[in-house]
Amino acid sequence: MIGKTAIFLLAAAIAAGTGTLAAQTLNSGLRGPTPLNDEGPAPPMTPMRNTAEKEVRNYPEQPPVIPHSIDGYQIDLNSNKCLSCHARARTAESQAPMVSITHFMDREGQFLASVSPRRFFCTECHVPQNVANPPVSNDFVDIDTMLSRAAPGGRR
Amino acid sequence: MTQVDPKKPGLVRKAWGFLLELLDVLMRPSTVFGLGVLVFAGFVAGIIFWGGFNTALEVTNTEKFCTSCHEMRDNVFAELKSTIHFSNRSGVRASCPDCHVPHNWTDKIARKMQASQEVWGKLFGYIDTREKFQDKRLELALHEWARFKANDSLECRNCHSADSMDITKQSPRAAVAHERFLFTGEKTCIDCHKGIAHHLPDMRGVPGWQ
Repeated sequence: MIGKTAIFLLAAAIAAGTGTLAAQTLNSGLRGPTPLNDEGPAPPMTPMRNTAEKEVRNYPEQPPVIPHSIDGYQIDLNSNKCLSCHARARTAESQAPMVSITHFMDREGQFLASVSPRRFFCTECHVPQNVANPPVSNDFVDIDTMLSRAAPGGRR
Repeated sequence: MTQVDPKKPGLVRKAWGFLLELLDVLMRPSTVFGLGVLVFAGFVAGIIFWGGFNTALEVTNTEKFCTSCHEMRDNVFAELKSTIHFSNRSGVRASCPDCHVPHNWTDKIARKMQASQEVWGKLFGYIDTREKFQDKRLELALHEWARFKANDSLECRNCHSADSMDITKQSPRAAVAHERFLFTGEKTCIDCHKGIAHHLPDMRGVPGWQ
């Protein structure tokens, strides 16, 4: 019967396929040398960058990254630990940068007296950084580099 | 209808009579035991009583005792578990009494006497549900903050002394803050470090919070 032959062939193909998969060591940056059908060891957790020094934004609209550790910071309906330093009224004592005025704006473009509820959860956009070597390199080119290129469409 | 027999003395009367008799026995000098025997027996009884008292007191000063009530186990203890005071790189744990009961004896007894009110609360189900606890959370937290503020964060300082704090080992942000506010005595630990071991209540209206 055709069916039986087809099933046999399919089984053989699958067996051969898994064999090659197992033998293959795919050396991609993210996975490392672990074969595809194995689960490699988890990479160690890296420490938080905690220098408190501002980092340059890669593009103007980028939410600034958090240059310090935020372990255990509670941000919920009850309280917002970030605002206990970054709120307007707190910045004199904390010397932390004030939450941008854009965060006071509601969705109709009206400016409120303090942070708008839709901008309350800081870590939706702002994230702390880990000290880690990126396993895959990043070829992002920022706008200043782009504009200064002496190529067609460039500034010069 | 029950009839009270006028000849039989009542219960109160009997008890009063017994007390008077007991007092009489206690006041009368002993005719059987020597003074030395009595003093020695008193001394031994004193040791047993004092030892027993302190042992019982220490039993109430353990994490196991505190979390034997579901009010503590399911609310504040559950929240403590994810914080650095419960598990950390060096394996030192601050358990309930380390922060909530003063270590020195007189203050400890004072706090324990206050805590008898908490036994009352337990018996009458003051916070026996999660909802009741949530409603009272701010009030309870305010009590603790006031206590820490009044004793200059004594329980924090039992481990974290400003004298032995090496700010060069701290992050720049922490070093600046400690230099400005802690070393000058302008603020005490609890002023900035609220909610480090338990979740925070609704912080609207608490100074320094939004």
